Amino acid sequence: MIRNTLLSFLGLSLAGSAKADWALNMPKGITDLSLETYNLHMMVFWWCVAIGIAVFGVMIFSLFKHRKSSGAEPATFSHSTTAEVIWTAIPVVILILMAVPTAETMVKMEDSRNPDLSIMVTAYQWKWHYKYQDTGVEFYSSLARTSMAARRKESGIDPFSVDNYLLEVDKPVVVPKGAKVRLLFTSNDVIHSWWVVDLAIKKDAIPGIVNEAWFNANATGTYRGQCAELCGKDHGYMPIVVEVVEPEAFAAWVTSHDAEQ
Amino acid sequence: MNTEVHAHDHHDDHDDHGPAKGVGRWLFSTNHKDIGTMYLIFSLTMFFIGGAMAMVIRSELAIPGLQFVHPEFFNQMTTMHALIMVFGAVMPAFVGLANWMIPMMIGAPDMALPRMNNWSFWILPVAFGILLSTLLMPGGSPAGGWTMYPPLVLQTGDSFPFLIFSVHLMGISSIMGAINIIVTVINMRAPEMSLLKMPMFVWTWLITAYLLIAVMPVLAGAVTMLLTDQFFGTSFFLAAGGGDPVMFQHIFWFFGHPEVYIMILPAFGVVSEIIPTFSRKKLFGHDSMVYAASCIAFLSFIVWAHHMFTVGMPLTGQLFFMFATMLIAVPTGVKIFNWVATMWRGAMTFETPMLFSLAFVFLFTIGGFSGLMLAVAPADVQYHDTYFVVAHFHYVLVPGSVFAIMAGAYYWLPKWTGYMYNETLGKVHFWASTIFVNLTFFPMHFLGLAGMPRRIPDYSTQFADFNTVASIGAIGFGLSQLLFVWVLLTSKQGEKATDRVWEGSHGLEWTVPSPAPYHTFETPPKYRIADEAFE
Repeated sequence: MIRNTLLSFLGLSLAGSAKADWALNMPKGITDLSLETYNLHMMVFWWCVAIGIAVFGVMIFSLFKHRKSSGAEPATFSHSTTAEVIWTAIPVVILILMAVPTAETMVKMEDSRNPDLSIMVTAYQWKWHYKYQDTGVEFYSSLARTSMAARRKESGIDPFSVDNYLLEVDKPVVVPKGAKVRLLFTSNDVIHSWWVVDLAIKKDAIPGIVNEAWFNANATGTYRGQCAELCGKDHGYMPIVVEVVEPEAFAAWVTSHDAEQ
Repeated sequence: MNTEVHAHDHHDDHDDHGPAKGVGRWLFSTNHKDIGTMYLIFSLTMFFIGGAMAMVIRSELAIPGLQFVHPEFFNQMTTMHALIMVFGAVMPAFVGLANWMIPMMIGAPDMALPRMNNWSFWILPVAFGILLSTLLMPGGSPAGGWTMYPPLVLQTGDSFPFLIFSVHLMGISSIMGAINIIVTVINMRAPEMSLLKMPMFVWTWLITAYLLIAVMPVLAGAVTMLLTDQFFGTSFFLAAGGGDPVMFQHIFWFFGHPEVYIMILPAFGVVSEIIPTFSRKKLFGHDSMVYAASCIAFLSFIVWAHHMFTVGMPLTGQLFFMFATMLIAVPTGVKIFNWVATMWRGAMTFETPMLFSLAFVFLFTIGGFSGLMLAVAPADVQYHDTYFVVAHFHYVLVPGSVFAIMAGAYYWLPKWTGYMYNETLGKVHFWASTIFVNLTFFPMHFLGLAGMPRRIPDYSTQFADFNTVASIGAIGFGLSQLLFVWVLLTSKQGEKATDRVWEGSHGLEWTVPSPAPYHTFETPPKYRIADEAFE
């Protein structure tokens, strides 16, 4: 708490930001699998903390206790088969404990059968194209004009004055809550990667290859992401916005889209 | 590191021929000490050039919005920073240490293939001259990332063939260096020095040399295919012609993963020399350290696709690469436990080389922990290509490899120059480096977890605070390294070093005078006598 306060103070004084936050951890996201991913992340993290406390604890104790200046005499031992067997075997056991739940989650992630809705995502330098497979809705989605103006060098626009700077698009992807949405990815030019942290999906869009991923959102709201694979000079400027809405609102959105086209 | 004056003293003392005069001494040198010195100076130069590029990157990222550079130049900086640091700074530094120390550690008069040694060094300035010249070309230097993924890399401008050619040259240099080290270690050890009696630094370098020979040709093949795709109408990696862009990634990482161990195994070796010296105790479990390093080298060949969990691999493939990657934690853990056991009940003192080595053990372990987290495939999907990965590999490369190189330089500097460096300055350099390296790279973990991708010149405002902290740390770290240059420049003002230099040092390199004469061990030493003299 004190550390956070101090850091915030440092940040406020340096960046003059009111909007910036000091997020420390991965968000739990809005799907069952994003929560499972978060839990796996925390499980490995706590194992690392436990191992770290043990190893660094012994090391720090030794650094204080076994120093020449406090009159320590060096011991002469230089191996111990028992110790070495123990510290080879224990990590193996810990790794098995980590690997089993991880493998279970991976099996679920790969099971994209029986989707309620499929969206073809095609990447371009530097925007996304979405095509809803059954309804015929399709559109490009690129960086919003407000960010586009502010991103220029010497634009004179303070990024803090722009809502969702670099994370806003002209047309978001709209999906219904509680439906299994399958995404199919490909690219028209170089490799891109579609990443929305709250959906725990990051999948490369590769020319000549169709990749797939799926999610089933448990909450409505607006979720933001970015291209995660270096794709040229505007790699930092092709955000992703996913709006999860109630199924009725989704149906209405599709109808209004049909009317537009 | 200028040994010229002292080598001349010994020229009078002994009846051997000393170094040639003038620039010819360096251009035509076949002496392992001169070539080692040239490697180290070259590496330090590249460290500062690559570091200057890092300063450009961190300055631009200090606050949101574009202030200093355009996105295309930013991408050139990240690409060149990586290529220069990996191939120009870290790898040549370890080859420099190997050139200086391996013959002296195994009681050999020189490297086995001295003319090839000269060539393998002098290719490097040419390779990096070509690479750096691309900054001045139309379209600028390569900007597709050091991983050179097609199809993006094929959009590189005029600099593309120069990139490929310089990578070829770096590969040729590394392969020749590796052949030289293997031949030297296998054939020129002192009588009675069996393989398992070799010092750990020699062992880790022997293993590294085999890794180099195995994977550098693979990299050469991959970039040659890029070259023919670009200019000769092939379609190895072009989907439109029936090729597969992902195949490049498989080939690249088959080189790239062993490459990360090429950059860390010699660091393990350096630290395994230093910790026993300043703990005044033998290295714990020498043989199991050798087996652990060999295990790591073997496993490094079967884990490459953990860099590719998001490209769309079959489930079984993902599971295999995840399990294999997790396994690497076991031999790596053995190494860390053995270093701690070496310190345990020793009589430690904390000179600069020891401080850098201790920081290495702490901070490399932190990089190892984030490595273990990255091995978990579903979590890796979230971490991949974010600042979490940037934090991870900088933890293993900067307070990992670079700190080990610094530790080695301080440890052996008195043997090279004949004088003790300024210990106070060394300690200031250490503490400044350690504080700033953490200030730079620790906040990057948080940025990555919160959702900031890597390789972007500008970012959304919620990432502002930690980026500012990281940039302050980076500028501090960059400036701290100037202290190291100061230590080197003033190194001759210290006391004269004894032959043994450190109270707890052990091994053949400490039986020769300080500074080491131009030629050492012209008759093979009695290894066992030298070894027992120090016990």
